[in-house]
Amino acid sequence: MSFEPGRAETTKVAAAEEHAHPGTRTYLRIALILTVLTAAEVAVIHIPALEAVMVPVLLVLTVAKFSLVVMYYMHLKFDSRIFTGVFVAPLTLAVGVIISLILLFKVLPKYNPW
Amino acid sequence: MSHAAAADAHHTSTGLPTWKIGFWTFIGSESLFFGTLISTYMVYKGRSLVGPYPPDVFSIPLTTLSTFVLLMSSLLMVLALNAVQRGDRRGSILWLFGTAFFGAIFLGCQAYEFTHFYHVGLTLQTNLFGSSFFILTGFHGAHVMVGIVWLLILWVMALRGQLGPQDALKVEIAGLYWHFVDVVWIAIFTLVYLLQ
Repeated sequence: MSFEPGRAETTKVAAAEEHAHPGTRTYLRIALILTVLTAAEVAVIHIPALEAVMVPVLLVLTVAKFSLVVMYYMHLKFDSRIFTGVFVAPLTLAVGVIISLILLFKVLPKYNPW
Repeated sequence: MSHAAAADAHHTSTGLPTWKIGFWTFIGSESLFFGTLISTYMVYKGRSLVGPYPPDVFSIPLTTLSTFVLLMSSLLMVLALNAVQRGDRRGSILWLFGTAFFGAIFLGCQAYEFTHFYHVGLTLQTNLFGSSFFILTGFHGAHVMVGIVWLLILWVMALRGQLGPQDALKVEIAGLYWHFVDVVWIAIFTLVYLLQ
């Protein structure tokens, strides 16, 4: 494998990022937590006693799984905050669209002109 | 890309690789894309005039299995990136193939599910549920397919010895795409399958 000047520089960048990113043990721990949270999600829908709080519990579990993958596997927790801003801004807009449309069509249908 | 990445990392106003900023921007736009598809599904939920309805066709055990497989593929993806960054060629080959393989299993589950739905009478034209469900999960499946092809290209490069630590950014960007596909499924699993 030949290392040209540009490639060597990239190697330094990659090496620096490697130090910034978590190691195998953390990745395995996150995978275990994701598995447990998924099992909890499925359990929640099968427990009649939790029916009243099923929606908020499932949403919290989903946000937790989403955040773990984004922070640890996509490295947003360790990378520059510019990446976080570039991702979170449109994500917030997307979640806003989902919530607005659900409110308009499901919760407040009498205010919906269509 | 290695040269470009090196230059980008050192000569941009942010000091960050423009490839990576560009790709995060793309992921942001993809969030809006899937946000609109999920919104459409949620708005049309419960408005179908004829069956089959979600409880008639969904198999939670199968979907839980495919969700688990996709989550584990994300684990293999970060292990692949870790191996490439360390110059571990054997690990790179193994984990990249493993990620693509788990992605293929997920697609297989989806193909089985779609076929089953078709046999019980649910198609794209049957009702609002069928239309919004197949469009949402079909687009997600198409993204998984693109990811598998991308991973297999990287795997072939690793097999040929063309994927060293200097190429870590290539694998990292492929990983960002793969993890994004995973987080979209995390949302779909809850909003579509569990909250019926």
